[in-house]
Amino acid sequence: MSKTLVEKIWNAHVVKSEAGFPDILYIDTHFIHEVTSPQAFDGLRKRGLPVFRPKQTIATADHNVPTLNQHLPIKEELSRYQVDMLTKNCAEFGVELYGLGHPFQGIVHVIGPELGITQPGATIVCGDSHTSTHGAFGSIAFGIGTSQVEQVMATQCLLQQKPKTMKIEVNGETGIGVSAKDIILYIISQISAAGGTGYFIEYAGSAITSLSMEARMTICNMSIEMGARGGLIAPDETTFEYLKGKEFSPKGEEWDKAVAKWKTLYSDADAHFDKVLTFNAADIEPMITYGTNPGMGMGITQNVPATNKQAVPEQLSYQKALNYMGIADNSPLLGKPIDYVFIGSCTNSRMEDLREVANFVEGKHKADGVTVWIVPGSKQIEQQAIAEGLDKIFEAAGFQLREPGCSACLGMNEDKIPAGKYCVSTSNRNFEGRQGQNARTLLASPLTAAAAAVTGRVTDVRELLAEHV
Amino acid sequence: MKKFEKLTSAIVPLNIENIDTDQIIPARFLKATTREGFGENLFCDWRYDENRNPKPDFVLNDKTYAGKILVAGKNFGCGSSREHAAWAIQDAGFDAVVSSFFADIFKGNALNNGLLPVQVSDDFLHQLFIEVAKNHENEVEIDLEKQTITILSTGQQETFEINPYKKSCLINGYDDIDFILNQKQLVEEFEQTK
Ligand code: SF4
Repeated sequence: MSKTLVEKIWNAHVVKSEAGFPDILYIDTHFIHEVTSPQAFDGLRKRGLPVFRPKQTIATADHNVPTLNQHLPIKEELSRYQVDMLTKNCAEFGVELYGLGHPFQGIVHVIGPELGITQPGATIVCGDSHTSTHGAFGSIAFGIGTSQVEQVMATQCLLQQKPKTMKIEVNGETGIGVSAKDIILYIISQISAAGGTGYFIEYAGSAITSLSMEARMTICNMSIEMGARGGLIAPDETTFEYLKGKEFSPKGEEWDKAVAKWKTLYSDADAHFDKVLTFNAADIEPMITYGTNPGMGMGITQNVPATNKQAVPEQLSYQKALNYMGIADNSPLLGKPIDYVFIGSCTNSRMEDLREVANFVEGKHKADGVTVWIVPGSKQIEQQAIAEGLDKIFEAAGFQLREPGCSACLGMNEDKIPAGKYCVSTSNRNFEGRQGQNARTLLASPLTAAAAAVTGRVTDVRELLAEHV
Repeated sequence: MKKFEKLTSAIVPLNIENIDTDQIIPARFLKATTREGFGENLFCDWRYDENRNPKPDFVLNDKTYAGKILVAGKNFGCGSSREHAAWAIQDAGFDAVVSSFFADIFKGNALNNGLLPVQVSDDFLHQLFIEVAKNHENEVEIDLEKQTITILSTGQQETFEINPYKKSCLINGYDDIDFILNQKQLVEEFEQTK
């Protein structure tokens, strides 16, 4: 019978399937970080259990880490304690840790792929909802809670209901100034922040398959923002090319075997999806969000939708979101003054993002009064950016290149946006208080963020790009 | 894990949609390394002002509302996978959350901790908000065995779905790890086939 890619990978990992029970699903790779693991290690201790397959667990410190002076001890006491706890737990349980100071340290969803640990056809989990990022390689990757982190550490398995499947096709070509981030923000704005709940999404169509691996990661990363557990893209030559020669990619004969296997990973032509949606890439403008969930986004030239256009029971929540944002309905966002620009997070902090921004700002300067932070996703990216001289371009533009971590994506370290201030951010969530108490987040692509940095306002990047030609 | 059978209680209404995990428990409180103590920061930014004085108009600060059932608007618990959200709700004294739609990961996390997510229809949710507005002490009964939720003042009742396996876990107070550990042999055999 024909199968979807999700079914193929799922079936290959089912240890046991019994009617009336969730499947016991084998997990190939488990990533952990300092925030959602301490209680799980504690649970193992209470049960007197070891980590069952420590070689399949990889740890890093990212959520809490400072992005300046990482060589010094972490100043904030609770953050330091949590990071120290991770170091202690990893040593005790025999788990490899890429902690602060390690050349592989970085945001968990950035380092997995760049080290070649993330591979097609695998099952990958992490106590973090953006684990969906790894789906870009054609793997089943999803976020789990701490009890499940403990479960995987104890058994290398998870009890899971087989998810429903959805195919989202984006066909055609995107216009100038429109990136992967705009594609995914557009999809979420069309199907809402809950539109994918219960599904695993496979992205397909020419606008997706023509994307680079890094861009594919941006797409899969935000699957969770429509409620989906995960999103994936069938592996192809782009995927293999990316993985070739990476630190932990198979080598020599193993590589050939792996690629042969990976080539069988696609949805059969007549495979059944529970839901299929199709979009046209040409309809997508550079996007920006105006509200407090990622579904509240629009093309940058549009007006914020009217409250009375919302379903009646939703109007109260809608108005509450706009009040928080200090944004009026029916009004444009173009030209709105902003205070901060954050380019980073597991959505957009990779080499291509940094290069794109550097290329755009070379010879330009940030507007007065705007603070710009560029936070690379990993130590390797930071080093590469410096090697390519991007740091000089950023410096000349008044953009600050910092050290890797989650940073202002969730403001668990010192990188917080002050109350009431507007931040154009390349991260993935615009929830109330996400970037700091009462901070206001406008989600956008790296290019749109860079354009806002230069003008100090919400800007249609296409106008600045046009000046070039 | 704590057992759950039947619960009769007044409700605490939070008529807001898309309540995300950053609202339930903001990231800055995730630095603890134990499961306890998150309750005092539940809905922190809605509950307290800058000086940590309780905001009188927020429902958790209104003493006339009391109960072990939190009732919230559609798409509750969206956002991050932080289980701290479920812990915080439980730590604040709730045993069940009622909404017309739950985000996936939150629902799983709640079930893994013995906090019962009860998904009802939009209409029933609306009725719950109306009844509690009439009288803050109006009680609701949740019967897990029968999978029913009842507004006692009006007798209105709805059945709710729950995975049969998860239901037996809640009723018996055991968890997924116990379940898989009992079948470790199978896991090892599976590894040999890979
Ligand atoms: S960068 Fe943001 S979304 Fe990504 S793992 Fe870190 S906190 Fe989560």
